[in-house]
Formats: sequence, C-alpha cells, structure tokens
Amino acid sequence: MTGADAIIKCLEAEGVDIVFGYPGVAICPFYNSILHSSIRSVLIRTEQNAAHAASGLARVTGKVGVCAVTSGPGATNLLTGIATAFADSIPLVCITGQVDSELIGSDVFQEADVTGAAESFVKYSYLVRNVNDIPRIFKEAFHIASTGRRGPVLIDVPIDIQNASLSRFQYPEEVNLRTYKPTVKGHVVQIQKVIKELEKAKRPIICAGGGVLLSGAREELQAFAEKYRVPVVSTMMGIGVMPTEHPMYYGMVGNNGKPFANRAMNESDMLIMAGARVADRAVSQPDLITENKVLVHIDVDPAEIGKNVGPTIPLVGDLKHIFQEFAGQELSGGYEDWISALDGYRRQMEPKRRPNPAYVDPAAFIRMLSETMQEDGVYVADVGQNQIWSCGYHIVRKGRFLTSGGMGTMGYSIPAAMGAKLGDPARQVIAVCGDGSFQMSMMELATMRQHNIPVKIVVLKNNYLGMVREYQHYTYQDHYSVVDLSGSPDLEKLSAAYDLPFIRLADMNGAQEAIDTFLREDTSMLMECLIDPMDLVK
Amino acid sequence: MKRIYSVLVENRSGVLCKVAGLFSRRNFNIDSLAVGETDDPAVSCMTIVSSGDERTIEQIEKQLNKKLDIIKVKTFDESQSVSRELMLVKVKFNKGNRRDIMETCEIMKAQIVDMSKNQMMIQICDVPERTALLITLLASISIVEVARTGTLALPKCDA
Repeated sequence: MTGADAIIKCLEAEGVDIVFGYPGVAICPFYNSILHSSIRSVLIRTEQNAAHAASGLARVTGKVGVCAVTSGPGATNLLTGIATAFADSIPLVCITGQVDSELIGSDVFQEADVTGAAESFVKYSYLVRNVNDIPRIFKEAFHIASTGRRGPVLIDVPIDIQNASLSRFQYPEEVNLRTYKPTVKGHVVQIQKVIKELEKAKRPIICAGGGVLLSGAREELQAFAEKYRVPVVSTMMGIGVMPTEHPMYYGMVGNNGKPFANRAMNESDMLIMAGARVADRAVSQPDLITENKVLVHIDVDPAEIGKNVGPTIPLVGDLKHIFQEFAGQELSGGYEDWISALDGYRRQMEPKRRPNPAYVDPAAFIRMLSETMQEDGVYVADVGQNQIWSCGYHIVRKGRFLTSGGMGTMGYSIPAAMGAKLGDPARQVIAVCGDGSFQMSMMELATMRQHNIPVKIVVLKNNYLGMVREYQHYTYQDHYSVVDLSGSPDLEKLSAAYDLPFIRLADMNGAQEAIDTFLREDTSMLMECLIDPMDLVK
Repeated sequence: MKRIYSVLVENRSGVLCKVAGLFSRRNFNIDSLAVGETDDPAVSCMTIVSSGDERTIEQIEKQLNKKLDIIKVKTFDESQSVSRELMLVKVKFNKGNRRDIMETCEIMKAQIVDMSKNQMMIQICDVPERTALLITLLASISIVEVARTGTLALPKCDA
C-alpha cells in the first residue's frame, strides 16, 4: 500500500464521501488512489473554492469538510479559503501535495512553503516526513479540526511520501495528544454564578454567535430562552440560532444589524455572550457592553474570553453542554417588563426603506424569496451590500443561513452553496450574491454543470461594488474610486453558455411569479435582479 | 509591565517559528527569547520575556496555550524567579586602558576568556540588568562585537 492509498483509507475511515479539489503533479498519486475508492471527487475550477465548498458541506452536515489540491500555486490559491474557514471556525482538513522531500527548500517547480504561509490561520498543520505517520496524522487532524474550537487543519504531503510504501496500515482508534485537551464541560461554580446573576437580573439578554451553531446547541438555546423567557439577539454568524420570527429573537446586532437589537443589548443589565467573539463589526465599542451590566462570556476557546472585553463571569466550555447544564438549574425566569419594552422597540425601530419602484427592492425581494423557499432550505449570502440585505431581510425558519462572517470573503456563496447541496441533497440551497461577488466565483457554474449540483443562484446586479461605493458615498462624499463594474458579462448569455436556465427580474412587478418559477424544480437556475445602483444598506 | 514566560514545547522543527510568528502576528513584544533542550530530548524550553498591559500579558499566555506544539506555559515576573543572561563582549584595548578593563571585569565578576595583542573577549553570566550595565561600562572603550543569550529564567524553588 502506498502513502496515497493510506490517505484514502484514512478518509474512508473518517466517513468522508466527497473531496473538493484540483489536481496537479504533486497531488497526482492521491488522485490516482481516489479512483479505487467510493469517495467522490469534485473538480472545482479554482482552488480557493475547494475550501469554500468544503466549508459549505461542513456547515450543513456537521462533518469535517475535505479538500485536496496540488503544491505551489494550488496550495497558495487555497490560502484564502483556509483563512475564511479559520475566521469562522469551520472544521476542514486541507490536503496539499508538496514537491519531493529531498527537494524541499531548493525552490523547484511549483514549490511553496504552504505550512509556513498558512501558519497564522490554521488550527494546526503537518508536513508529512514519514509515510508511516500518515494514519496517525490523519486521525489527529480530523480530531483537531472537529473538536474544541473548530477550524481548518492543513496536511502537506510530499509526492515521494504519497508514493512510498507503508509497512502496515492501521487506523488508530484514538488520538494521543498531550498538548490538546479542549475543555468541553463548563465549570459548575461558574454555571451556578450565571444562574444566580440571572435570578437577580431585570433585563438579561443572550447574544448568540456562530459557536452556538457549531456546537449544535440551537435547540438547547431556544429551549432555554423559551423556558425562562430570556430574549436573544445574534451576531451575523449566529443568524439562524433561532427562527427569525421567533417572539424571543430580536435580530442581528452590530453596525449592520437592527437598531432595536443594538438597543436591547445596550440597555440590558446582564449580557450573555454565547459563542461570539465580541469582534468589531458586532460590538464596535467593547467597553460599552461592560458598563452597568453583568457580562457573561461563554466560549470553548479560553483565549476569546477577555480578548476584546473583560467579562464579569468567564465560562469556558462547549455551548451544548453548558446550555444542557443551565436547563438543569433552578431559575424562576420571566422578564416580562423587559420583553414588552423590547417588543416596543422592535415595532418602532424597524428601519424604513424607500425603495425605488423602477428597480427590484432587494429587501422586499429577499423577504419574498425566503418566504417562498423551503422552510428547511439553506440560504447562502455572499459579501457586500447583498450580505447586509440578506442578514436584514432573510427569514430563517428551520433552515440555515451561511455566509463568510469573519473574513468577509467575496465569492464565498456559490462554492459554499455547492458544498451545502452535496452535503445535504434533499435541501433546497440558494446562493445570493452581488454582481461583484458573482464574478469572483462564476467559473464554478461549470462545476455545477459537470457534477450536476442543483444550486439556485440569485445575482443582485447594480453594476457596482456596492458596499465599497456606499462607503465612498459616506466617507469620500461620492468620490467613487474603482467601484464601477462596467464590462460585466450579460448574465443571460452567460447562463446560455453554461446551459443554465435564466430569469431576469427588472422590478417588483411579477416578482412572486418569477420566484415561484425559480424555485419550482430542484434544478440549477440563475436569476438576475436589477437593483438600484444608488441603493444603500443604511 | 514585564513578564517572563517559560514555555515547554515539543522539540520539533518549525516550533520556534510558530511561537515567534504568534508574537508578531498578534503584535506582542518579544524582549528576549532563548531556547534549549530540556532533560527530555523530546522537549525544549523557551524562555520568552515580553511586556505589555494586563490584557496583553493574559492574552499572550492564552494564545500560547492554544498552540498545539506547546506542552506547558508557566508565567511569572522577575521577583518570582531566578534569571540569568550570558554575554560575550569583544573589546579593543591598548596599554592605557588594559588595567581599567581588567578592574571593571573584576568588579563585575566578568571573566576574560580570550585575548590577542589588541583584543580581548569578556564573558559575564549574571542577571540581565548587570549584563546591560557591563555594556554601559565598556561602551567608552571600543566594543567590537557582542553576543547575548537573552534571559533564561526559572521560577524560584518551591514557588
């Protein structure tokens, strides 16, 4: 058995059924061995999207996403995808081919020090030096990626190691890492402290982040909020922790969030940050959220607690366990005055838009789309104005909302939607992007065709890099610089070139019929919505 | 605020780079860094001296603990530890200042470990403040080159 065969065996042992990637000489032994396996390999059209696709798959299945690319440019192209997964704590195992071990360091063809380059945005990385280490390394890599704070693990495998013979293949039963033992269970004393403070609090609120979804604590959190009547807001990565229209959910916080959500957070006397990083876009002035309130910070990563803000009660552990523990505690709950105040804010402070009737109103369109899509469908938002409108107007029911929150990587939605669809083919998956972000990933239309991945794509087209244009509108008084997207392709012709059905929506007349047609069948389709180039998210 | 981190790491290639990279990536200071194998050849000990406000000092420890090649992080300040630095200084001398240099060495408990017709090499092993003081004292003479190990430190016995 060769090293490459052993890698495939490891992936099989981990229950991997799809690998996203792009071959090249240095990863060819791997792609030769995969032919003898039932693992499906999906040829994406640029390496970055292999990581995004694996991320989409990981996020809907809860499994580790896997991608495999070649050395040098293949590996460096992958870096943005790895960094994107790292910023959002998505579990990936990324395999890169590497030049012959003997040649490492001599700058031969397609050599790049990828483990060095990726160091600050991987959870861990390996450069395989000995073929017999492959089973242990893969076992560790999957364990590291999928436990504690999730994240990408990179395995760089020189071609000679892939071709070398393994003396014996045995996949380890368990890992033995003396330096890695993430805390899962929350400290009992700290948990009781939180409950004690909740008993005293008049205006408590939970701010839920992506960590809640990653630990699979959605049900536990919702049950807790319902039972004790504790209101919930979320960060962008936390969208979907509760159904958008749940009475106890008060929207997304942050500079692009709902004003009533921010007001709720600011006026609370007890704030429970759950699996949220207290990053700048969600909390622009971290010191404010410690003023006049008890701050509880729950995270599986101890380094997140106290990084941006000093909490009153730090609580390290997995959110699922911690909310299970909370459920077993005595608490009277019920904060009815607070809840009715928040309901008032929600009624009065919903931002009013004045859409231009000559165009599609992205807010109304997104609302209509999300009401029409399947209730457990997956909505993947890209980055830009489209993302902010998606966050503001998409209604999550039982489905998922995916986006690149931490890194804000344009072009994420189409490959992530492909990964999500392959991970859970029964679900409807819709990617919503702008014309800028679409063009960063439009090469993947070929992947969708080749592998028959029925993803729906909506392009909100305004011929601008809208988010930057909006920034230049406010910051540089409409002094627009390098944001004009003239030269973009005719999407109808482009769809025809890829043999994809196409619909164009020019204004809100007939929007519902167009959406019905768009969603009727489980096939790929591209829908272009012409939106006002001068529209603003704020 | 000054802080010393005594960090036990897996003795593997690339680990020093990862630890040093963590400091630069997160904008933490490294005042000095010294590495050497421990009694267990699979484990190295890094002594890192850093400085920053309270939050930074706490973050450094937490971020170090996140690195999978790091086995244990101990942190303490100078008063809780014994610290030493080894320094070699090469100076140019002449008949006029030879005796002065030797006297300075005697006072500073430094040794002359090598000598030629017009150069000598001085060795000192002392607390970092004293090695720095020796440099100041020798600065008026012409220093040819200096090599310092950086601070090595361990927490005091039974600490």
